[in-house]
Order: sequence, then structure tokens, then C-alpha cells
Amino acid sequence: MKRREKTKFNLKDFFWGWLFLLPTVVGLLILNIIPIFQTIYQSFFKTGAFGKGNIFVGLQNYKKLFSDASVWQALFNTFKYAIIEVPFSIAIALVFAVLLNKKIRGRTVYRTIYFLPMVAAPAAIAMVWRWLYNSEFGLLNHLLNSIGLKSVEWISNPSIAFISIAIVGIWSVVGYNMVLFLAGLQEIPHDYYEAAEIDGANAFRQFFAITLPCLSPTMFFVTVTRVIGALQVFDVIYMMMDRVNPALYKTQSLVYLFYKYSFVESNKGYGSAIVVLLLAVIMIITAVQVYLQKKWSDA
Amino acid sequence: MNIKTKKLLNSALIQIVLLIGAVVMIVPFLWMLLTSFKTISESTQVNPFVIFPSKWRLDAFKSVMSKMNFLRLYWNTLVLIIGRIFFAVVTATMAGYALGRLKFPGRNLAFGLVLFQMMVPAQIFIIPQYLMVSKMGMLNTSFALIFPGLVTAFGTFLLRQAYISLPKDLEEAAVLDGCGVFARFLFVMLPLTRSSMVALGIFTALFAFKDLMWPLVVNTEQTTMPLSAALAKIQGQFTSDYPELMAASMLACVPMIIIYILFQKQFIEGIATSGSKM
Repeated sequence: MKRREKTKFNLKDFFWGWLFLLPTVVGLLILNIIPIFQTIYQSFFKTGAFGKGNIFVGLQNYKKLFSDASVWQALFNTFKYAIIEVPFSIAIALVFAVLLNKKIRGRTVYRTIYFLPMVAAPAAIAMVWRWLYNSEFGLLNHLLNSIGLKSVEWISNPSIAFISIAIVGIWSVVGYNMVLFLAGLQEIPHDYYEAAEIDGANAFRQFFAITLPCLSPTMFFVTVTRVIGALQVFDVIYMMMDRVNPALYKTQSLVYLFYKYSFVESNKGYGSAIVVLLLAVIMIITAVQVYLQKKWSDA
Repeated sequence: MNIKTKKLLNSALIQIVLLIGAVVMIVPFLWMLLTSFKTISESTQVNPFVIFPSKWRLDAFKSVMSKMNFLRLYWNTLVLIIGRIFFAVVTATMAGYALGRLKFPGRNLAFGLVLFQMMVPAQIFIIPQYLMVSKMGMLNTSFALIFPGLVTAFGTFLLRQAYISLPKDLEEAAVLDGCGVFARFLFVMLPLTRSSMVALGIFTALFAFKDLMWPLVVNTEQTTMPLSAALAKIQGQFTSDYPELMAASMLACVPMIIIYILFQKQFIEGIATSGSKM
């Protein structure tokens, strides 16, 4: 009797479980899982403009990819962007979070202001920064000139533009990182700091001995998601760099190239090959981060 | 006395750092605001450099509003956001409950799918999703904008974590009272995950609002675009008229900023929850 009841109960769970899961599982399969394979499949085809059909070309897209200097440059540009954006956005956010975690006058106001870029449309953000960076009439060059410095070609000088873009990236995401760090900081028991205070540890010692180690799960999460996000940079570059900008070649990211080939030049086969490369890069880098984190937390 | 001055100095230093940060964060918004009220010649005058407009003119606003139907853009954005929130919250709540509270064969496989989706960069879905929408003949519709957000792996994960962390006793008590699975889900467990549902809603709204590439790809007609894509188009059309560009940016950002300032507690908590549940 008892056993039968148990089976009945499980059957009910089975029925309801799958019923509840059905929309999500079917949706994920159609919208995401199958498209992954379709994109990989597509990367073996050439799609012509003007509605010409798919022509199987084997590995030709990949051959082209590996000998295409602009793809390697874009990969390099993407890394350059990530290497600036990720550490700075994390370090600055951490400083803000630690300072705001204290009982400070104006805490909420500061928090609200730092998070503000997160609620603005990226296209608007890119436009206003482009205006600030404007070499003739921009506010930044005006400030530089007024303290006696020369104007900078913020977004048309190929050796500076990638930094200008990364600055916008940092500015946009600092508030988001800060909110995540603040949530992590609030989990740290207050006793730790009181004990450290009694032992005579100063603020810096407390930061490195308590805050940083206790924050490491949050730190790991923020780092991994920021790296993935930075490797997918698109909006700022798309909005700030004109197609005739001389610095475009030295700033365009992999996703920018993906968009350009797939939807501007309608070469979806080559676009697919580029995004498969991006997938591989992100997978490898994330795997390395997870591995390092495991090794580090075991040690 | 010495300790007291040290403490005072300390907090002054902290205030200075925070203030510099706040200025850096807010100046671009202020510059957007100031420029949008200037004339073109004021905005491009260098000697002397003009910071405040001589008169607060609405010309740039009037001009962009005559060139673009902002009411239409607001409506399209609203439909996109509400649609995405609705589908995300409904599907993720159901799936999250199944994954977090029920034991049945196939559950781990389904959860594996969710995790797998979250690890893959979203651009890899775009070409096939675009072709699907195109084949359905749904390009340039609200449906096209909502389409990739019909289900959400991230939301499912978030809600699963919320359901897992709820105590067992509650549900067991409901079982003893003779509640079926559906009644337990709807009346006992679901109300307890409210904060995670709000978090998912805010997260979904923000990222739907900020999404640029997908709207650019599927809705190329100006009447069907959301704000993000329309701004990108405006920039292409009148590149050098900065007062107009800034006025358009203001019109695109101000509604969301007002909502954010009114509900900032929910925004910040929502984002914090969505990150810390991982």
C-alpha cells in the first residue's frame, strides 16, 4: 500500500515536472541549442548576397579566417579591450564598494549615481562619449587645452582609440560590478573586523586579510562574467567608430566583424565561422579561469 | 583628540574619492543635458567655450521629435520590455520550480541544457534566430523583438536557486493538507520567491532596453524599432548636429532613469540578487 502511494507520488512529480519544464526546454532547444549546431553547420557554407543560396564550401571559410589579417587583428583588439576593461572596472568598483560599505554620508546618493550608466541605452552612452571625445569641440579636449595641454584625437588616432573605447566600457560597467561587490561585502560578518581592530590591524591590512579573501566567490563570479562580457564588446565600437574612421581597423572587435559580415555584407557563412571562433575563445578562457580558481582555492 | 582628527581626515578623504567618482559618472549625463538645449553654433563654439546654453531652447527636441515618432519608439520599447518580462517570469518560474522542488527522471538533463545555454556567447544564436523570424515572415514586428526572450536559461537558473533555498517543511505541510503539485506551486511556494521574480523582471527589462544588435538585425523599419536601434539610426542620419543627437539621447534615457530613481532599491537589490545567486 505504502509503496504504491510512493510510485503514484513520483508519477505525479514526473507529470508536473515535465509539464512545467516543457516551455523552457522546448524553447531552449529551438532558440538556443539547435541554433548552435546550425551556426556551426552554416560556417561550412558560402552565402551569397542577393538571395543566392547556400553553397557548401567545406573548410574554406575557416581557411579564409585563419589567413585573414583583419580577423587576427580583431581578436587582438578584443583582447586589448578586455585586458583594460576587466581589471580597471573591477578595481574601481571594489574601491567604491568598500568605501560605500562604511557608514558614510550620502551613501545612497553615491550608489545611485554610480549605477546610473547601467540604466542608460548604450547607443546614447556611446553618442555622448563620442561628443565628449570630439577633437575640435569636445569637452575633454577643452579641459586639456585649458590646463595647457594639447588636444588628443581620442577616437581617430589608432594607438589611442582602443583606450578611449575601453574607458567608456569601464565607465558603463563600474556601477554594476560595485553593486555585486556591495552584496558580497554585506555577507562578511562584522565580528571579523572588530577582532582585527582589537588586534590593531589597520584598514589596509584588514582589506587584504579579511575583505579580499571573504569576497573571493563574488570576485570569481564578477571576473568570469566580465571577461565573457568584454570579449563580446560591440555596442560602443559600433556606435563610436565610423566606417571611415582610420582607427577602426585597430579597434573593431570579433563581434563587430561578425555583425559586419553576417548582416551588412550578408555573408552569413563567414560570419558564422567568426562567431564559432569567438565561441572557442570564450570556452577556452572560461575553462582556464575555472581551473585556476579551483587550483587557487584548493591551495 | 589626535584619533578624532585622524578619523575626520579619513572620512574627508573618503568623501573626496567618492565625490570625484560621482563627478566622473555624472558629467557625461550633464553634458548630454546641456548640449541638448544649445544651438548648433553654441555647441561648436570653442573661443570662448560655451558650457551653459544662453537660453534653454527646446528647438533640438522639437526637431528630433518631428523627424522621429518618439511616441511610437516608446511604445515599441514598452512592448518589447513587457513582453520579455512576461515570458521570462512565467517560463522561468515554472521551470525553476520543477528543477528546484520536484524529483523526476530527466531533471538533470534539463538542468544541463540550462547551464549549457548560459556558457555560450549569445551571438552564436543570432543568425539562426534571424532566419527563423524571417521564414515566419515576422521581421519588423513586436514578436521579432521579443522572440529570443521567450525563454530564459539565466532566469530559470535564478528561480531554481530561489526554490532550492526554501525550507522543506512548508511544502510537506501543504502535502499533508492534501495540496496537489500545482496548488503547492501556485499558493505556497511561488509567493515566497517574489524577490527573485522581481530581480528577474528588472534584469530582463534592463537588458531588453539595452539590447542593440538584435533589434538592429530584425527590425529595420523605423516604425518598428525600439529606442536603442532608433538612436543608432539617428546618428547615421545627422552626424554633426550634436544638440539634436543629445536631445534624442535624452528622450531615450530619461524615462528609464526616472523609473530607476523611483525604484532604485528594487533595481539595486534585483541586480545584486541576480549576481549573488550564482
